[in-house]
Amino acid sequence: MIGYIIKRMLYIIPVCLGVTAVCFALMYLAPGDPAQALLPPDATPEDAAYLLRLYGFDQPVWVQYGRWVLRAASGDLGVSLQSQRPVFREVMSALGNTAVLSAGAVLLAFVLAFILGTVAAYNIGSRIDQASTTLSITGVSVPNYWLGIVLVIVFAVELGWLPAAGMGSAGSDSFSLTDWAQLRYAILPIITMSVLPLGIIMRSVRASVAEALGQESIQLLRAKGLPPYAILTHAVKNAFPQILAVMGLQFGFLVGGSILVETIFNWPGTGFLLGKAILTRDVPLLQGTILVLSISFVIINLVVDVLQSIFDPRVRRT
Amino acid sequence: MKNNEITWGLKRSASLLAAGLLLALSANAAKAESVLRVGMTVSDIPDWSGQPDQGYEGARFVGWSLYDSLINWDLSRSDIEARMAPGLATEWAVDPQNDKRWIFKLRQGVKFHDSCEWNAKSALWNIERLTVQTVPQFNPVQYARQRSRTGNLDRAEVVDDYTLAIYSKTPDALFPYNFYNWFMISPCAGEAAKYDYSEFAKHPVGTGPYKFDKVNPRERLELVKNAEYWDKKRIPRHDRLVLLPMPESTTRTAALLSGQADFIEAPAPDMIDRLKESGAQIYTNEYPHVWVYAFNTRKGPFSNVKVRQAANYAINREEMVEMLNGLAVAAGSTYSEKSPFFGGAKPYDYQPEKAKALLREANCSPCEIRIAMSNSGSGMMQPLSMNELVKEQLEQVGFKVTLSVVDWNSIMSISQKGWEANPDYDAVNGANPIIDPVSAIFRRYTTASNAPQGLNWGWYNNAKVDELAKQAQQTFDVGKQTEIISEMHRLTTEDPPLLFVVRDLNPRALGPNVKGFVQAQSWFQDLTPITVE
Repeated sequence: MIGYIIKRMLYIIPVCLGVTAVCFALMYLAPGDPAQALLPPDATPEDAAYLLRLYGFDQPVWVQYGRWVLRAASGDLGVSLQSQRPVFREVMSALGNTAVLSAGAVLLAFVLAFILGTVAAYNIGSRIDQASTTLSITGVSVPNYWLGIVLVIVFAVELGWLPAAGMGSAGSDSFSLTDWAQLRYAILPIITMSVLPLGIIMRSVRASVAEALGQESIQLLRAKGLPPYAILTHAVKNAFPQILAVMGLQFGFLVGGSILVETIFNWPGTGFLLGKAILTRDVPLLQGTILVLSISFVIINLVVDVLQSIFDPRVRRT
Repeated sequence: MKNNEITWGLKRSASLLAAGLLLALSANAAKAESVLRVGMTVSDIPDWSGQPDQGYEGARFVGWSLYDSLINWDLSRSDIEARMAPGLATEWAVDPQNDKRWIFKLRQGVKFHDSCEWNAKSALWNIERLTVQTVPQFNPVQYARQRSRTGNLDRAEVVDDYTLAIYSKTPDALFPYNFYNWFMISPCAGEAAKYDYSEFAKHPVGTGPYKFDKVNPRERLELVKNAEYWDKKRIPRHDRLVLLPMPESTTRTAALLSGQADFIEAPAPDMIDRLKESGAQIYTNEYPHVWVYAFNTRKGPFSNVKVRQAANYAINREEMVEMLNGLAVAAGSTYSEKSPFFGGAKPYDYQPEKAKALLREANCSPCEIRIAMSNSGSGMMQPLSMNELVKEQLEQVGFKVTLSVVDWNSIMSISQKGWEANPDYDAVNGANPIIDPVSAIFRRYTTASNAPQGLNWGWYNNAKVDELAKQAQQTFDVGKQTEIISEMHRLTTEDPPLLFVVRDLNPRALGPNVKGFVQAQSWFQDLTPITVE
């Protein structure tokens, strides 16, 4: 197992190199340049050249990328061109904020999807199944930025039950999950972000549990007269590794943040940071964010794989 | 024993009473603190360590709160366009013996928030901070931000404790317009931070009406009242100013409606009625802004003045204003009739038949044009729907329009590099801050400003305008200078370098508990008179 984990950790290197190289190339293919966002519109070409030289953007792209890789390998992600703040600090603070939303969203989605998907699978073709399937399709289809705006209007503006935006009166520095006054700021964005994974996980739970219920081993348990809840427990146990994989993947996606949801709720997370970095061509910030997110994604998948092998020894054998 | 108990009891009671009193006092103090929370449209806190980034919004909320310039703005009236006013300099004039030497008399008795003295030495330190690459306080990023104001600056020198001389490279009667957004930071704090501006940003120090308190990057900047501010009329009438970046208009509007903000910039236009229902106050006012398209005057249909005029006559500006829910006014020229620089210009109005006739005369039918536009950006209002309407209106008179949508950074790049680097475009959509004649006319309509050296994207060339520009720069009599600029305005309306569409009314929404705000006709606003009940 340890060898497997080390092997998977080593995969992080080519994944990160590949992702950051593609991002680097895309930034240079797009019109505009990093100096543009720093200069007034009537700055002369000499001013632009001065800034490009100052930050090393006058070098060939492969040289710039090589230098960035060497610095990143020593833990230095550089300084944001726009804010002049260290990229590592910017990304880690944003990642922590997004983790609050993504963990909450996946947990909420998983609990609901697990219950509804299992009930639907056990009652295939029934009204409960139809309602669950409708909910699942709705979750996958509803644009989350639209849902976010609707939730804000209903629960923050009209009813006044929850705050509309931000991370509390003192911001993310003092954000605490154990303090209701702070936690309430996370509720609407968590609900908004949970809708898509809810739909996906629910579909997966329904399909996996239904498939497990159709297996011969389950038929045998029925023939032996086991009560329904015991049969369901066996079926769910069989389906769990597959569900876990889908859940892990969803958590990985959500850690990348949602530009739209985080913008609507003014939540200073990774999606918000990425959007800003792209629009202002802040290359160090974009590269640093992408690198940290790539590592997070690979680690999350690794954790899921390890958990899967714990729940299902067959995975380890393959 | 009993006595001891009594003493203990008394001591305990006294300490409880004292604690209670302290609590009550601190609760009252906390209650008494009035806080103004502002929802800005930017996505991050503008740089607070001197020259702010994020365009004029950065200067509006951060620059003018923490700092002052040599020249400030008088933002106390809403009925006239804001004018430059004495700031950290009380007066300025060109040296009668040397038309390249400007003398700035500095305000006496002003101290930075850290008690550092404001004098000619600190003024020179700040001028060199953004112009001289060899001094230790030089800040390359802020130098870059200020570049459009430093091109003609040669050097500065201390004359005496409260007099500074600043030299221009060429005689320039419009030279003072370069100093209204040049924010003065404390040299003592800069030196204490060892000229490291990220260190300085941990406790920035200026002379402004607010002092820095704390910051949470990307989330909030908190400033507190500077009770010792040198301009007693502008000591803030609230204790704390909290600046919150909120780039999404629906979020800002919801924040105001749910009581999370007291003052928001640019509320969502379709929620104005809802805001009014809730008791919110909607403020609008004209300001020096015009939403335009810069024509490529060297290649394609717009190289013909008749086609440029036809496009201007084709625009039904009232229909545009209606679409924008009344949050704009028609603009048929660079300046509005209220401006001292308007002169005898004849702004364009909607005359579709005349537009068709001009296109026929120009033999351009169908007149195919390609326009570059962005989906968002500073001063761009509602670019998607507005461009769609302009396309429809232009096509009604005989144009055939292709819109190319790019992001804001790309449109900035296209604008900066000029038509020659982007010959496929016949026009570029933009928003011009016409805050002073230099940025409104000189940097846009003269041959010397042809992009990439200036803002004249389409290389508009008019020999008369160039000649008048030279005259204006050498005319130090303000009255005569105004006459010359007005004539430039008349000429550039008759022979338009731009398609003029509308001026934004810059809507802002304030909570019902917010009083005392005067919306100046300016890109900048004074928050200090605001009270929060």
